[in-house]
Amino acid sequence: MLSEEVTKLSSLQLDALREIGNVGAGNAATALSQIINKKIDMTVPQVAILPLGEVPDVVGGPETMVAGVFLRVFGPAPSSILFLLPRESAMYLVDMLMGRDRGVTQALDAMDESALLEIGNILAGAYLNALSYFTKFTLLPSIPALAMDMAGAILSVILIQLGALGDHALVIETEFSTEGDGVKGHFFLIPDPGSLSTILAAIGVKE
Amino acid sequence: MGELIKVGMADYKTGSHPASLISYGLGSCVGIALYDSVAKVGGLAHIMLPDSTQSRATENPAKFADTCLPLMMDEILKLGAAKNRLWAKIAGGAQMFTFANATDIMRVGERNVEAVRQVLRKLDIKIINEDTGGNYGRTVELKLDCGIFRIKTIDKGEKEL
Repeated sequence: MLSEEVTKLSSLQLDALREIGNVGAGNAATALSQIINKKIDMTVPQVAILPLGEVPDVVGGPETMVAGVFLRVFGPAPSSILFLLPRESAMYLVDMLMGRDRGVTQALDAMDESALLEIGNILAGAYLNALSYFTKFTLLPSIPALAMDMAGAILSVILIQLGALGDHALVIETEFSTEGDGVKGHFFLIPDPGSLSTILAAIGVKE
Repeated sequence: MGELIKVGMADYKTGSHPASLISYGLGSCVGIALYDSVAKVGGLAHIMLPDSTQSRATENPAKFADTCLPLMMDEILKLGAAKNRLWAKIAGGAQMFTFANATDIMRVGERNVEAVRQVLRKLDIKIINEDTGGNYGRTVELKLDCGIFRIKTIDKGEKEL
């Protein structure tokens, strides 16, 4: 399927993708909640088909400062996973993970980066469990990579890949936040252009 | 202060003094400024991919270095620029994430910069300054009153080319 065809998804297909996003992000939120020992709220996933240039607006515009953990997903439905947090949220999350008082972390050292990467790893694993469950595919994540930069610059890594095949991206996105602390994050699953039809066929909503 | 014209991803815009053209958050994409300092007209492109002939979705010519730059040049010439006075300044082409086994996908920034150089050579437009590569994002702004190409980053400061 060319990514142009994502603009023609039926409401049943969109619902199915939303449900995968829901369970996947739910798994991920549960994992994160256990790690930092706080309740986490999450939104109903948005399944959106966006012109490539508009994807950065989902997280507040291309110049928004974010931390991004990026993983490739290997298997029958290659995809990209991107976990984006506004810079401040990333710092608070590191405070929690490293047992510091809130606001102490101002820049990331190697240990802090490693902690964020591990969070990315765990969340991606939890999310992929759901996708594997629905599709019966074995899906394996790559090692994670971290960047702290402008949202547009980080997202470009995925968008460029999609751009070779179309002008739209299918974005399954969930926003979550910790109770009280306002640590916010966005979890993106962006199937490669060919992977979408593979996923839809595997969950039985091909047409 | 003139108007600030935004250039999105896979897009280009042209204009004349005293406007400025700006594109936010370039990663592996490349921003290309073309300018004629006598006519004070120019353009800014934000390309995503090197080569339209390698792609299956070519409806938007502004997405590719090879199809975007000739289009933008023609539009700038129509605004009154002289071909022999046009110069280029380029920025971007970063590699945002580093993996141990970097694939071609990861090196697209490098390939974008190389393609832009080739296309400009073909168009016989000289690159007089550039800030490319690295592993960080850039916001670029072309000031059409003076031709200054301003580059903003998060951690690597701000500079003017």
